[in-house]
Amino acid sequence: MSAAADSFLERAPLELRDWAVQLLPAPLQWISHHLITIVAVLAVFGLFFAFTTVAERKLLGRLQNRLGPNRAGLPKFSILPWHIRHKLFGLSQPFADAVKALTKEDIVPAAADKVLHFLAPVVVVGFSLMTFAVLPFGRNLIPVELDAALLYFFAAGSASELAIFMAGWSSRNKYSLLAAMRALAQLISYELPLILSVVPVVLVASTLSTSAIVQAQGAWTFGVLPHWFVFTPWGFAGFIIFLISALAESNRSPFDLPEAESELVAGHLTEYSGFKYALFFMAEYFGLTALSGLGVTVFLGGWQAPCELLYWVPSYLWFMGKLILMIMLFIWVRGTLLRLRIDQLTRLSWQFLVPLALLNVGNAAFWALTAQWSGPLQLVRWAVSAAIVIVPFLVIGRSLSAGYAPRTYRYAP
Amino acid sequence: MTAALLLIAVLMLGSAAAAMLRRNLIHSALLLVASWTGVAAFYLWAGAEFVAFAQILVYAGAVSMVVLFAVLLTRQSREADLPIEPATVTRTASAFAVAASLAAVIGSAVATARFPAASAEAPAASVKQIGLELMAEHGAALLIVGIVLTVALIGATVIASNDKKRDPEDAP
Repeated sequence: MSAAADSFLERAPLELRDWAVQLLPAPLQWISHHLITIVAVLAVFGLFFAFTTVAERKLLGRLQNRLGPNRAGLPKFSILPWHIRHKLFGLSQPFADAVKALTKEDIVPAAADKVLHFLAPVVVVGFSLMTFAVLPFGRNLIPVELDAALLYFFAAGSASELAIFMAGWSSRNKYSLLAAMRALAQLISYELPLILSVVPVVLVASTLSTSAIVQAQGAWTFGVLPHWFVFTPWGFAGFIIFLISALAESNRSPFDLPEAESELVAGHLTEYSGFKYALFFMAEYFGLTALSGLGVTVFLGGWQAPCELLYWVPSYLWFMGKLILMIMLFIWVRGTLLRLRIDQLTRLSWQFLVPLALLNVGNAAFWALTAQWSGPLQLVRWAVSAAIVIVPFLVIGRSLSAGYAPRTYRYAP
Repeated sequence: MTAALLLIAVLMLGSAAAAMLRRNLIHSALLLVASWTGVAAFYLWAGAEFVAFAQILVYAGAVSMVVLFAVLLTRQSREADLPIEPATVTRTASAFAVAASLAAVIGSAVATARFPAASAEAPAASVKQIGLELMAEHGAALLIVGIVLTVALIGATVIASNDKKRDPEDAP
């Protein structure tokens, strides 16, 4: 195990950074050490964002029985005597999109509050990138090691609400303002279950540090069953609540009301064009990626391998693999579910997710208190914990959907 | 280190002063958020990570929303720049009275507070320690704060709910 932990591939990114740092003169080493980390995160997740958009468009296309983007190839460089005619499966689409967004005209409404209109996309991208600082991407790869990392993550994420308000209000457009208020109502409603769904993990792992939470999930039963928190009753319930709230927090379908284009023009983005619009778009994907990364870290074992035999695979590959799976799941959900109404949205949060998340915190407390139970008591522990999840789910779910389901269809004779 | 503290102080006080001077209420609210973020920066400077992040989460994330919602939902005038009426004598007098009493309370608290000499190395307060301190030693204070907040919340709901019968035509 320790051999795998110090394998060359595991240390390669750090060795590369240290090698680059020692090339520079001594006074610059401290700052360049951090700059290299920042540039690496920006480059990796910038490219990840670019290819997420292609993956999303292609997958959604396939889900809707179309092909998706497949035409963007390479441009003909005039210095080259030949032209690569391969279309590269449309993989260069995001770069074409970036050029398009950059060269579009940037329109600022005459009545807009110019400063806030400019600041909103800057704030939203800045803070959504800051959340990446505390995600452990690998065994040794964590940009900033913080004792209160989870708190930092949610603190940085909460700034996006302010940015949405700034965007909606500064546009001086009634649709923008209305949509911004709706977006804020949604974000505030879902922030509570999002944070409450992570609290059980903090309770059981008794730490707020993301790297320590990953460490706490690093063991296997019989070498094949990983001790990830998602494989416990409270962890599973927490993970599902986290998934739903993460979807809502990143304004994705079925919770994409803030920019429901058929109802509110484009929400708080109505008066944004060109690169500022692209920045909002980017921030949304960065937020989604960061939340998925947090979900992977907190519930899916972070960079831990799923079984002991695969321990030799570098840890950062496991993290990225799980991250890609999470993103794919979100795209799949977007292609499958219909958009909710605003009253259904808030009711789902306050009447269903929040009570379940609160009960789940109690469930985790029970789990933490019975940590030393063994033998047949272990079965009792699992049964009680599962009952705390399932019984309220059924009771609250039944009472909320009473009178609505099952839906009956009547056809004209 | 002192330069950083000065910078934080200037940013904090500057944005607070600007918030007072702006005529636009939304600008004032956003500048107030900047000031609260400055307070968080000061906590970070002092090495209190946990309090700093909690400050941002609570003030920049939640209290700012309450302020902004309150400004937007209570304003009757459609104009963004609400004209502020000329100050009357009673208004000036009450402002001075409130400011003086606040200054007296804060001033007496600062004057009577004992500042123990800082130890050479900052105590490494982990989140677990903070939790234990909060729950054991300051448990009563935490409970009282919780009760006060709950009472405020219920009071706000009672005030906000209007008992007028709804016109059945308006029902969704």
